Amino acid sequence: MSSPMPTAGAKGQDAFTAAQAAQDASAKHATRSFKIWRGEAGKGDFVEYKQDVVEGMVVLDAVHEIAATQANDLAVRWNCKAGKCGSCSAEINGMPKLMCMTRLSDLDADKPVTIEPMRAFPHMRDLVTDVSWNFEVKKKIQKFTPRPPDAPDGTWRMQQTDVDRVQEFRKCIECFLCQDVCHVLRDHHKHEEFIGPRFLVYAAALEMHPLDTADRVPELRKEHGIGLCNITKCCTKVCPEHITITDNAIIPLKERVVDEFFDPIGKLVKIYSRRKKANG
Amino acid sequence: MSTPTEYKTVEHDVLVIGAGGAGLRAAIEAAAQGANVGLVCKSLLGKAHTVMAEGGMAAAMGNVDDRDNWRVHFADTLRGGQYLNNWRMAELHAKEAPERVKELEGWGALFDRTADGRILQRNFGGHRYPRLAHVGDRTGLELIRTLQDHGVHQGLDVHMEVTVLTLLKDGDRIAGALAYDRERGRFRVFKAKAVVMATGGIGRAYKITSNSWEYTGDGHALSYHAGAALQDMEFIQFHPTGMIWPPSVRGILVTEGVRGEGGVLKNRDGKRFMFDNIPDNYKAQTSDTPEEGWRYTQGDKDARRPPELLTRDHVARMIVNEVRGGRGSPHGGVFLDIAWIKEKLPNAEEHIKRKLPSMYHQFMQLAGIDITKEPMEIGPTTHYIMGGVRVDGDTQMSTVPGLFACGECAAGLHGANRLGGNSLSDLIVFGKRAGEHAAKFAKSNGTVSIDSAAVDAAARRALAPFDRAASAEGPYQVQEALQETMQDNVGIVRAQAEMDVALQALGSLKDRADKAGVKGNREYNPGWHTALDLDNLLTVSEAITRCAIERKESRGGHFREDYPDKDPAFATFNFVVAKGKDGSMELSREPIPPMPEHLAAVIEEMK
Repeated sequence: MSSPMPTAGAKGQDAFTAAQAAQDASAKHATRSFKIWRGEAGKGDFVEYKQDVVEGMVVLDAVHEIAATQANDLAVRWNCKAGKCGSCSAEINGMPKLMCMTRLSDLDADKPVTIEPMRAFPHMRDLVTDVSWNFEVKKKIQKFTPRPPDAPDGTWRMQQTDVDRVQEFRKCIECFLCQDVCHVLRDHHKHEEFIGPRFLVYAAALEMHPLDTADRVPELRKEHGIGLCNITKCCTKVCPEHITITDNAIIPLKERVVDEFFDPIGKLVKIYSRRKKANG
Repeated sequence: MSTPTEYKTVEHDVLVIGAGGAGLRAAIEAAAQGANVGLVCKSLLGKAHTVMAEGGMAAAMGNVDDRDNWRVHFADTLRGGQYLNNWRMAELHAKEAPERVKELEGWGALFDRTADGRILQRNFGGHRYPRLAHVGDRTGLELIRTLQDHGVHQGLDVHMEVTVLTLLKDGDRIAGALAYDRERGRFRVFKAKAVVMATGGIGRAYKITSNSWEYTGDGHALSYHAGAALQDMEFIQFHPTGMIWPPSVRGILVTEGVRGEGGVLKNRDGKRFMFDNIPDNYKAQTSDTPEEGWRYTQGDKDARRPPELLTRDHVARMIVNEVRGGRGSPHGGVFLDIAWIKEKLPNAEEHIKRKLPSMYHQFMQLAGIDITKEPMEIGPTTHYIMGGVRVDGDTQMSTVPGLFACGECAAGLHGANRLGGNSLSDLIVFGKRAGEHAAKFAKSNGTVSIDSAAVDAAARRALAPFDRAASAEGPYQVQEALQETMQDNVGIVRAQAEMDVALQALGSLKDRADKAGVKGNREYNPGWHTALDLDNLLTVSEAITRCAIERKESRGGHFREDYPDKDPAFATFNFVVAKGKDGSMELSREPIPPMPEHLAAVIEEMK
């Protein structure tokens, strides 16, 4: 026999359902009020719902309960409900957040919880926005271009310390909350001239990748509009993955742009050292 | 409202349904072969369930322990699957996984590193040597992002937030699919010479699951209704460690990596109960003392693995046993403790945060638990289905010409129980194979024609819930009842009487689904979507229940209280279901072909 035979439990109920049902009965309940933005293509208004909630619930749980019992057609985008896919981005009490990682107990219990769609993108329905612009922007960034493999078996050698920095950027779950909060996009609508913090992080991950050989600095300066970012760090504050977007990604990229295009002394040094090499 | 109006028709050589790891890898390969490829996904690109995979991908590269090679990986996979695996798939998987992982590095993936700069590999349940290439505990995100970013430069035509309603056929052969776009609710006809199904699993048929909303068995059900055979549907993996408290997070996955890094399971009395029962076929490889187990997790090559790293089916049942015996944790699970390693490591807190960052984050944010200081409470959660579309091991083609399947929705590689880490490697090995062979099939077979009557009928059926807008019941209530039925009656511990109840209940749930109504309009309407998912959930639930009833023994992920032992009579065939002429589900026993000598020799050697 390969496994223990679980001792007989309550019939008609899975062992865990049985053990946990008893616990569920002891969980604390409360009625909370939610103001959810309902409407289409930018037109709409808040609709208020009262909903019974249980301790430990996150905002997305409440939205699901409301959809299941009061508003079947409430449009909401979500996938994993575990903070890993970045689908359920919204503005909760005015703050850009993931609905699945925002606990109700962290929000003022005396006031209704307001839930709105992200405002930096075209509105579709209720809590859903059209984020397709982000996917188009990504295509415009030069792709990963590795150096030839280091070993005959086609593999590379990299030290952990050399990949740490890029691994931070690759934690990004593409929730686009940083794009939502960026005033260049949100208030000034410069979607044509500026790729936004998400894609500056993406470009930084490629530029600082130990194996990459492409040069994205000229395009960052021109087409991607890195100069438009004036380092207010709002993006860093809202990142659910705690990526230090401004300090670790954007500022180093800005420095590269400066080094390559705007540094007369650096240029002289380069010319001088080149001459020295040629002569020496 | 319920009259289909227009059909936008899109033509591709190869249509890939599903954009997780398997679908993306298939699409990349088909495009590399020169095919015009369409990639359809229910969500936005990069959001598929693959992002939730945590621990890593298994590939016998031998970077950490040079005793590892494909033969050990092959033997481990078959032992874990209790020898019901498609041995050809297990062989290809073990041989090709290293190449597929290295290829990802060339596409930009950044795995954690060994001291000499190679890809680091970690321990996982059922793998004899450290074998899982990983990035902290977010390996799935790295995989999907790498494939997504590589794929967008391959000229793939990506159809985001599009859901397939039915597969279309031209005679016996596959001809495409009818789908609808979520944003506008409009129908779209895809005409394709070959279709690759890569839709993932079925977790949403259960109440407690680690799976995202998309996991409604679409690929299983659509393929079945198109005439393809499904196999091994009774084998579902209940992952031993899901969150259990607070109630709203129940089921969310806690990676096996916690145990790989030295985490231990304890009951209410603080006892490491996993030492109580070690299956005979793993005795030789399992440590008898906590000390030896700890040394194993720290890379001591002479130590044997701790019993916490036995296969998932066994660990899950041991946990159930503790809870049923009244030795569980306060919220009906057991304790998973990684904080204890501070007795062994000076910088334990930092080490845990570095190795398991998302677990730290997840417990801190959702449960208010600091895993570097306190134990977690965990219990089993519906995680993975070993069963799926029956495919040819080499080409991944189903029993329907032109219809391919790969990843979780295909069957064969994992047999009765999947080893952790063998899923991500499955996606890339067989995703590539499916894409390659679908492109070849498209090239060597002529054009197809679309049966417009079939399209009309399917579209009318899809719109029917709107005609019942006044109906008393909505789709959510039916879905919930279905999830409870499966959880309570066809869950981790099964018995004849309960499964008979389930089968009957599924019949009446089908009636309820046929009567459920949907309010609102067609634009981005989750209620409508839920109504459309019900068909697929009901089909897979019936297949699971029927196969589970017939397998009168306990093996791998399938445990029968009324037949608690393994029975050699059930070791020689797979249960297969297919749609009969009268539309009812027909079950048959398909013998497992004898293993060729060179593979049998490997199994014998690794015993």
